[in-house]
Amino acid sequence: MNWLIAILQTALFVALAPLLAGFMKFCKCRLQNRRAPSFFQPYRDLLKLTRKQPVISEDASWLFCAAPYIIFTAMVLAASVVPFIAVDLPTSAEADVIVLVGFFAFARFFLALAGLDIGTAFGGMGSSREMTISSLAEPAMLMAVFTLTMTASTTNLSGAIEHVLGEGLILRPSFVFALFALLLVAVAETGRIPVDNPTTHLELTMIHEAMILEYSGRHLALIEWASQLKFMLYGVLIANIFFPWGIAENFGLSALGYGLLVIAGKLIFLCIFLAFAETAVAKMRLFRVQEYLGFAYLLGLLGMLSHIILESTR
Amino acid sequence: MILFLAYGAILLSFASGGAAIAHSCEPKVNKQLVFWLLGASGLSAIFAGLGELIYPEIRLDTLSLGLPWIPWHVHFDSLSAFFYLIIGIAVFAVSFYAPHYTHHEQKEPQGFAVLSLFTGLFIAGMMLVLLADDAFMFMIAWELMSVASYFLVAFQHENAANRRAAFLYLLMAEVGALLIILAFGVVASFADGFTFDALRASSIPTSWMSIAFVLALMGFGMKAGLVPIHVWLPEAHPVAPSHISALMSGVMLKVALYGLIRFCFDLLPEVHWEWGVVLLIVGTISALGGILYAMMQQNLKRLLAYSSVENIGIIVMVLGLSMIFLANDHKELAALGLLAALFHAFNHALFKNLLFLGAGMIHHQTHELNIDMLGGLIKRMPKTSFIFLIGCMSISSLPLFNGFVSEWLAFQTALQVDVLDNGVLRSLIPVSAAALALTAALAAACFVKVFGLIFLGVPRSRHAEKAKEIDNKGMLAAPAMLAGLCFFFGIFPSSILHLIDNVSKQLLGSTLPQKDVLSFLTLAPVSPEQASYTAPLILIGALIAAGVSFWILHRNSETTMRIAPTWDCGFGGLTPRMQYTSSAFTMPLRRIFATAFLLDEKVEKTMRENTKLNVADVRYSLVIQDHCWVRVYQPIERGVNRVAKQVGRIQTGNIRTYLGYSLATLILLLWVVSL
Repeated sequence: MNWLIAILQTALFVALAPLLAGFMKFCKCRLQNRRAPSFFQPYRDLLKLTRKQPVISEDASWLFCAAPYIIFTAMVLAASVVPFIAVDLPTSAEADVIVLVGFFAFARFFLALAGLDIGTAFGGMGSSREMTISSLAEPAMLMAVFTLTMTASTTNLSGAIEHVLGEGLILRPSFVFALFALLLVAVAETGRIPVDNPTTHLELTMIHEAMILEYSGRHLALIEWASQLKFMLYGVLIANIFFPWGIAENFGLSALGYGLLVIAGKLIFLCIFLAFAETAVAKMRLFRVQEYLGFAYLLGLLGMLSHIILESTR
Repeated sequence: MILFLAYGAILLSFASGGAAIAHSCEPKVNKQLVFWLLGASGLSAIFAGLGELIYPEIRLDTLSLGLPWIPWHVHFDSLSAFFYLIIGIAVFAVSFYAPHYTHHEQKEPQGFAVLSLFTGLFIAGMMLVLLADDAFMFMIAWELMSVASYFLVAFQHENAANRRAAFLYLLMAEVGALLIILAFGVVASFADGFTFDALRASSIPTSWMSIAFVLALMGFGMKAGLVPIHVWLPEAHPVAPSHISALMSGVMLKVALYGLIRFCFDLLPEVHWEWGVVLLIVGTISALGGILYAMMQQNLKRLLAYSSVENIGIIVMVLGLSMIFLANDHKELAALGLLAALFHAFNHALFKNLLFLGAGMIHHQTHELNIDMLGGLIKRMPKTSFIFLIGCMSISSLPLFNGFVSEWLAFQTALQVDVLDNGVLRSLIPVSAAALALTAALAAACFVKVFGLIFLGVPRSRHAEKAKEIDNKGMLAAPAMLAGLCFFFGIFPSSILHLIDNVSKQLLGSTLPQKDVLSFLTLAPVSPEQASYTAPLILIGALIAAGVSFWILHRNSETTMRIAPTWDCGFGGLTPRMQYTSSAFTMPLRRIFATAFLLDEKVEKTMRENTKLNVADVRYSLVIQDHCWVRVYQPIERGVNRVAKQVGRIQTGNIRTYLGYSLATLILLLWVVSL
């Protein structure tokens, strides 16, 4: 039964990811005085792409065709680990937050390889930049995550969320630092402004888009879906770790329904916040990104130190 | 029985060397015998190691070898057995790989005899180090290992650069050995005798113990390749034949770690947390420095050598954690740290061996080790590329592979820092954990570069274009076996962790916090509530998710793939030179971590017709130097030269002066005797 709920939750997560992307686009459009496409436009795009015939370069190897499936699978696995509507599901005991970061690394590894596979300059450029940014973002993310896990003394996401729930609303300075660090990392890792711009195809600035330039058809659909999943994963992670209230603690139908509503509300709030930020901030130069991520790392470190100095029971 | 197997492994590897000589003297002796004996030696070592790990028991013996009044004391416990297992697997793999490889690399029989003889001696030396139970035997075995491997590094001595690398290796190995002798000497001066039992029982004051620790760290660190005493590694590894570099990097560095663990955790009567901090800092610097320099290399084997520095750094870092926990009386957590360190050593032996053998295969087929001259090999060497990909994924610590498990365990150890009382430690350890995260991410970037530039894209040279798959089964089987092990221990890590746990039981007198949670499926080293990792279930989930998405997307038969030329932006004429190269790929990181390197980057532009806009020709040159060379070694070198010049002054070349020296010495000696 628990497994069934876990699988259903994962399926729901995967199914809802394009909707969140659609909503994000909607918010941004409205803020920038443009007419917004329907919330369901990402679904139509994905469907359209799966019906198209994929065109593959003659220099492509099997890795190029396999990579989209691997990337998508890694993201689905990550989605199964993150508590979305309910905590304490069996899937979250399968892997903890370090494994979650590992899933992201797995997807990124193959995305970067796929970028190098065709042998064009764009792909290499994208891979090089993506690996650079992620290698700076990963320690910042783990620093923030370690602050949480040390507070909850578990690296298990369900356990950490239950710990925060059990403690009630305490304003911990370490959590504030960790929240902002994780927000900055999330923006960088999901390729949003100011680090990368998902809507541009300008060769000087693009990172994610440069790697997937050669993809078409169902392969592109999978990669697009995977990046929508990644966006939602970070959103749910931030929402549920720092503000877990409302998440279903038992598997009753009403609790689950309530949990779904609450997480929807949190994600809507996060999206609006992010849309404001993206509208207000301009994209930064590539070689400013390390300062940005260095700042994120510093915030994570401050969170850690304030946990050790201020909050620890010893 | 198990001790017999252990002896058998040594004798068989000696015999393998002997068979090589016999073959060169008498061609009737089958050449394959050399490799059969080598394989048998590896197998015997595997069984000895496994047997001891499954039935842990300290096995002692005395051999009447060596000096008349000091027989060799032999000691085979779980720690030795674990490293025996590592050696065994590596030697077994190499015995499949070497026949074809050496056949093509070396045509003349003398070369073959030399190579195989010293390979046998080298392997026997490493195994003897593990068996040693007194300082004499340890040092003799250590020297056998060092000197034999010197001849292997100097094997292709026609090239002056190789001779230089080999000399540097020998020099550092000997300085390291001197430091180790001093470390033993310091402890032995407070003990009666040189056997390890006597050293354990010594009543050595704390300050002398710290001196011994520092000497041992430097001595073993020189062999293991810790920054800043790592410089021989990137010089010596690329010049040795590939299967020898695989043994040196995968196994010999581990033997140095064995020495460090044996000395610090076993021989010294107690450990101090300050030493743990030293190990932690040195390890962190080595890990970060190693991977940053690895990333900048163009020579594949040099890159792998620097990556070994990184991995040894990680292991030493986790050993430091273990030491800190041990000194603070958290034995169970110390056991966890030791487990993580040993498992990472095991994993590194597997995947680094695999990658070096893979590098040998690439070199064998393309005669090229420069990453920038390769490319597109995935189509030309599909099997090699798949095996190499598994190695790259393991070393980048991606989930489902073994490298991830040990890194995960390292993080779990670091996150237990809350039990410590010392505030400095409590903030230092998480920072080092973050450095570990940075290292892991940089390693992934580095191996994306390696795999992407060598195997993917379009060939950058004619050699790469003409490359063919290896047709020798043994040469493919060896790395394939290692790749299989990498995957197996990534999915079922508990199978070996159970055995490693016996090591910490014998060494620290403590096992993991909860032994029963080390089940077949789930890995939960501390407790299931705190952290768990179930690789088999993740694998099943991944297969289901990938299978379902593949099935859904492939139902529509109208969407079969169309093959088309690569889009060239409408300009036409894509060339392989337009691809990203090694230095292009790492340029952002080079710029961000610019202070970590000594960069000499030059762009020379030749202008056409004296205008400033019309560029005719651009030359780009980039030289990256190790800080250590310029800041540590060159001053030492200059100092030694200066001292040598001063000493040279007494050499007048005049016979009367020398007679005067003799007279003075004689008088001095007479005076000394008369005292």
